[in-house]
Amino acid sequence: MTAVHEKAPAAVREAGRPRRRVPYPVVLVLLAALLLAVATAAVAAGSIRIPADQVWGILLHRIHPGLADPTWTPVRETVVVDVRLPRVLLAAVVGAGLAVAGMALQALVRNPLADPMLLGVSSGASVGAVLVLVLNVTFLGTLSLSGAAFCGALAALVAVYFLARTGGRMTTVRLVLAGVATAEVLSAVASFLVVTSDDPHKTQSAMRWMLGGLAGTTWETLWAPAGAVLLGTAVLLGVCRPLNLLLAGEEAAASLGLDVHRFRGALFVVVALMIGTIVAVSGQIGFVGLILPHVVRLLVGADHRRALPAAALLGASFLIAADLAARTFMSPEEIPVGILTALVGGPFFLWLMRRRAQ
Amino acid sequence: MTDHTAAAGAPGAPGAPGAPGAPGALDLADVSVALDGKTLVRGVSLSVAPGEVVGLVGPNGAGKSTLLRTLYRAQRPSAGRILLDGDDVWRMPARALARRLAAVLQEAAGEFQLTVYDVVAMGRTPHKKAFAGDDADDRTVIAAALAELGLTALTHAPYDRLSGGEKQRVMIARALAQRTGTLVLDEPTNHLDLRHQLDVLQLVHRLGATALVALHDLNLAAAFCDRICVLADGRLVAEGTPQDVLTSALLAEVYRVEADVTPHPDTGVPQVTLRTADLRPARPGNT
Repeated sequence: MTAVHEKAPAAVREAGRPRRRVPYPVVLVLLAALLLAVATAAVAAGSIRIPADQVWGILLHRIHPGLADPTWTPVRETVVVDVRLPRVLLAAVVGAGLAVAGMALQALVRNPLADPMLLGVSSGASVGAVLVLVLNVTFLGTLSLSGAAFCGALAALVAVYFLARTGGRMTTVRLVLAGVATAEVLSAVASFLVVTSDDPHKTQSAMRWMLGGLAGTTWETLWAPAGAVLLGTAVLLGVCRPLNLLLAGEEAAASLGLDVHRFRGALFVVVALMIGTIVAVSGQIGFVGLILPHVVRLLVGADHRRALPAAALLGASFLIAADLAARTFMSPEEIPVGILTALVGGPFFLWLMRRRAQ
Repeated sequence: MTDHTAAAGAPGAPGAPGAPGAPGALDLADVSVALDGKTLVRGVSLSVAPGEVVGLVGPNGAGKSTLLRTLYRAQRPSAGRILLDGDDVWRMPARALARRLAAVLQEAAGEFQLTVYDVVAMGRTPHKKAFAGDDADDRTVIAAALAELGLTALTHAPYDRLSGGEKQRVMIARALAQRTGTLVLDEPTNHLDLRHQLDVLQLVHRLGATALVALHDLNLAAAFCDRICVLADGRLVAEGTPQDVLTSALLAEVYRVEADVTPHPDTGVPQVTLRTADLRPARPGNT
């Protein structure tokens, strides 16, 4: 791999030189360390500042009382364990899930501009969640919210896919247009449902799905998305090779032994499950699924066996940091985190589009 | 590009990593393809014996690519059957077929930042479990395929920055990495210069694999194919050795050109020469 014996012209040698990438295990270790650091900082920061060593002391003490001596007040322990930790963990789950689902979505529709929010998947999930809220469906408890969001996400994804695909072809322009139009329509439907419901309390909590935010997270909100994201990521890691094949094109994937339609159908369900359960607890947080896959591909390449784990780690760190900024930036006021990710992500999307157009 | 093969782990040797599969027998029986109400292929029947190289020629829109797409499961035929060693390719798992038949496609998608190595490594997928990494055998096979096509220096180059000819050689290298006994090639030479055209077709011969190859260049088809099948308007209109098939009469009928077909003085291979002098319209001002 290192010794090149051919007398290649200079330009060829230049192109053929391995790109100087940091070795993959090192990247993973660095990303994991980053995640731990960001998570610690996020638990530590807030109206009551708690030193990082005390944060870990409280956590270790919770895991096993012998691991650390309690030198802190019970109030601090409550703040860390019951208020901040679930929120940070949820931010990690949501960020990791959005990044992984976005990366899978980009491969599935073979388009690097795909993103759960741009393709209307998140809006579909919102409609489902808002419907449950407005109609007061309670027969499955909190799961009915996630379930409805999943159904909405899947319906939107399938609709956009078939709208964008006519005559067996799907162009970038048509995919983005179909996605944006569907997202607009579904957002309007969700807004309509919210506005016409006469319960002001519902209106307020429904706003959460429109803007995206993690305020008021409790341990109960964490389990459904955590389970779905873990399950979905595990499934996607198991199908890395077929996902890679799709990057080469549908025909190539078929000739290399992939049943493209069945595979895509199955993974649409997986992606919708992840997005649905995420949106049900966090609302529409845009652009995470667009930016993170691109950054990760620049870091470790497009091979999903390397890119998916890195995307999960980096996505988790990114959203923890964004949520930290959202709640401390204008403290005690909170900015919905979806507004922050859109502020960062919108310009990134435009830059990406211009770069690809050249 | 040929002098790298010996150094690259002698891929064809028995017992070598990923030894290629045995050449298969292809049988197409009355294959038709209808798409959006248009019939693109009409009842084509043809066979390719194990180890035989058969050329598929015909004018644009004759249905060559469509017919080939039914072989590598990109397009289901609306009627007829395609058998590989007696097994219906549409009644076996896609992966099982990809271990026995590889396709060299024209399509060259480059939306994502894949390296040449990434693309060629995809050829190992049908032989691997979903999350298995590339082991030493895979890397040997991939390196050998890259060397065979003279791509070693480009191993880590981004695929979408390559020239058309280089991309085409990467597609061929990927098919080689599949280590199949049967190859389907859709105009594998159309972006290549003369030297690389000859190299690729010589390579197809040297592999000893069964090959069905669509070609535009009739002289190349005559030189390298054991038999030639001519498609026109979705139908098989002629089939046989290059000497039997390539005639002035057939070229006039199928391609609507006037051409002379003469045996090469040394090799006896039929040579197609267009009567271009008759075709040049008089230029205004040149009269």
